[in-house]
Amino acid sequence: MAAPKQMDILRFATAGSVDDGKSTLIGRLLYDSKSIFEDQLESVERTSADRGEEYTNLALLTDGLRAEREQGITIDVAYRYFATPRRKFIIADTPGHIQYTRNMVTGASTADLAIILVDARKGILEQSRRHAFLTTLLKVPHLVVAVNKMDLVGYEQGTYESIVDEFTAFASKLDVADLTFIPLSALHGDNVVERSVNMPWYDGPSLLHHLEHVHIASDRNLIDVRFPVQYVIRPHASTDPELHDYRGYAGQVAGGVLKPGDEVVHLPSGLTTTITHIDGPAGPVEEAFAPMSVTLRLADEIDISRGDMIARPNNRPEVAQDLDAMVCWMTPDRQLTPRMKVVLKHTTRTAKAMVKELNYRLDVNTLHRDESAQSLGLNEIGRVSLRVTQPLFVDDYARNRLTGGFILIDEATNNTVAAGMITGAR
Amino acid sequence: MQRCDYLLSQLDVLEAESIQIIREVAAEFERPVLLFSGGKDSIVMLRLAQKAFAPAPIPFPVMHVDTGHNFPEVIEYRDRRVAELGVRLVVASVQESIDNGRVVEETGRRASRNRLQTTTLLDAIEEHRFDAAFGGARRDEEKARAKERVVSFRDEFGQWDPKNQRPELWNLYNTRIRQGEHVRVFPLSNWTELDIWDYVRREELELPSIYFAHSRRVFERDGMLLADLPYANRGDDEPVFEATVRYRTVGDASCTGAVKSSAVSLDEVIEEIAATRITERGQTRADDRASEAAMEDRKKEGYF
Repeated sequence: MAAPKQMDILRFATAGSVDDGKSTLIGRLLYDSKSIFEDQLESVERTSADRGEEYTNLALLTDGLRAEREQGITIDVAYRYFATPRRKFIIADTPGHIQYTRNMVTGASTADLAIILVDARKGILEQSRRHAFLTTLLKVPHLVVAVNKMDLVGYEQGTYESIVDEFTAFASKLDVADLTFIPLSALHGDNVVERSVNMPWYDGPSLLHHLEHVHIASDRNLIDVRFPVQYVIRPHASTDPELHDYRGYAGQVAGGVLKPGDEVVHLPSGLTTTITHIDGPAGPVEEAFAPMSVTLRLADEIDISRGDMIARPNNRPEVAQDLDAMVCWMTPDRQLTPRMKVVLKHTTRTAKAMVKELNYRLDVNTLHRDESAQSLGLNEIGRVSLRVTQPLFVDDYARNRLTGGFILIDEATNNTVAAGMITGAR
Repeated sequence: MQRCDYLLSQLDVLEAESIQIIREVAAEFERPVLLFSGGKDSIVMLRLAQKAFAPAPIPFPVMHVDTGHNFPEVIEYRDRRVAELGVRLVVASVQESIDNGRVVEETGRRASRNRLQTTTLLDAIEEHRFDAAFGGARRDEEKARAKERVVSFRDEFGQWDPKNQRPELWNLYNTRIRQGEHVRVFPLSNWTELDIWDYVRREELELPSIYFAHSRRVFERDGMLLADLPYANRGDDEPVFEATVRYRTVGDASCTGAVKSSAVSLDEVIEEIAATRITERGQTRADDRASEAAMEDRKKEGYF
């Protein structure tokens, strides 16, 4: 950790369709930050020209699979990278249509920020609401509504403001932590990297300026100590007598700040002990917090294995076998139905589980709850009750994304069939 | 004073993520293997594996798929590094695959063993019953790779199906497979070329000497500078000349190009990389130039 803190990472997801100018926007961010290379641009220009397109189709940069280029659609999440002197950015570029809800959920799961694109001519559409809802469902801490194509509405303040008002009214029904609006034209570059001279009435930052400066350090949970044990390190074959008694518990911090000397509790045993050392990738460290991967050494010999949890005696996760959760169903192969048996993976623990009940299916466009629903199909979202065969150490997803999220796996196909967000545990 | 920022640099975050992935796979698979080419990415990956289990040794072997068309400097480096770490080295030889009749050597001037490696790799995975193979591929390298999962499923034929990939959320990886299937694991997915170089500098990692400017006998083909080695099939119309070059990537010597450069130190290389306007694979890999989907097609067959 001795390295100067010159640069950190912001992961953001973009949602929208080609029509909203999403690819143009990403293309511009990459191009203006010099992250598109000449050979990539030439290849895109060549393909565009071969197809008889009159402008260079920047979507071809992100549409990496043959099927996507052939059909002119984005099927899957594409990850793109660029950096400015302040930050490294990881873009999860997700397709906007409802049949790709699972892809957006995937991209949003690790995002610090989401950009929702709105076409200034069309205003808030059904899909804008859906994207906003999914962003809040996945608890993406920062939301940017990019009102694009301002050039096509004469850079009119009134148009922009009515969109802001409408979206703000809708967002009040959702739990949006931080909402920012930016009027822009991706095609002409207004308010993308530089502040636009065409919209003197707008006094906020450009999109890139916002991405560079948005404060994300406090988005992590630094309060509740959660350390899922991932791997036990015991160098028994070593000839070094110093290492003979080495017993370290390796994992990635999921919450809180750990320090040598701290009293901790081991779950499921409930035994307490003290941290003696924390070994980081570059040697001993004085503190560990998310998302650091470290190895803990403890004062007492306790039987600890993968899947266990280390927390603080006075601040423990729920130890639960009954969970309430929102799930997004992700497979076309079969549907989620009550009594269904699945495999659940949560932190470093995997257990069999059963869907006890489907409480309701949520219409992602209207937020209407259909309590008569009997099943969830591909891309559908609903609330379920689950019974797990062994105790899990969980928090509400709203409190901690890493100890509140899980995946469901179909035992027959081994496919990942759902993403879950815990809302309650017993 | 209480610190209130708890910030990590981008390299710290990437390192933590990669170590989490490596540990997860070591915990959940029975027979992982780390694919090691002697190139900068696999050197970084090996370093991360070392850190993930320290002070214990790396709990899996490394495997080199050897095309026989090597830069001698790289083989020398490979053997030295493996000995230092005390890990077991498995060499899967393309020459043996040719000798056994598993593959047929390409002919013609642009003959390369690049594509033949896939058979050698898959045969070795089957022979040693490896169930997870760590690869050093990055998503910024190539557009098909940008779409691939960190833990990427391969069926019993070693094939990748890009349209049927398992969703990957948070830091949860689905590691369930059946007998005969395996996964490829890419702990460096979110690293860029520049991140790799910055990390090499921060960790003071030694690299094979061909990454730095040196004088070499080369010839030009398809706008690339190829080393005048016997297996490059140089034609009479391709004159050899002496140039000061370095390599941006290390691969099969018959299809990996050098770039003109005078960068002899790490700092100078990083300066060049930061300023370059051409991707590393576009500049130095003939294997990717075959078509728009060259990488995707090879990956579907089971390539790295």
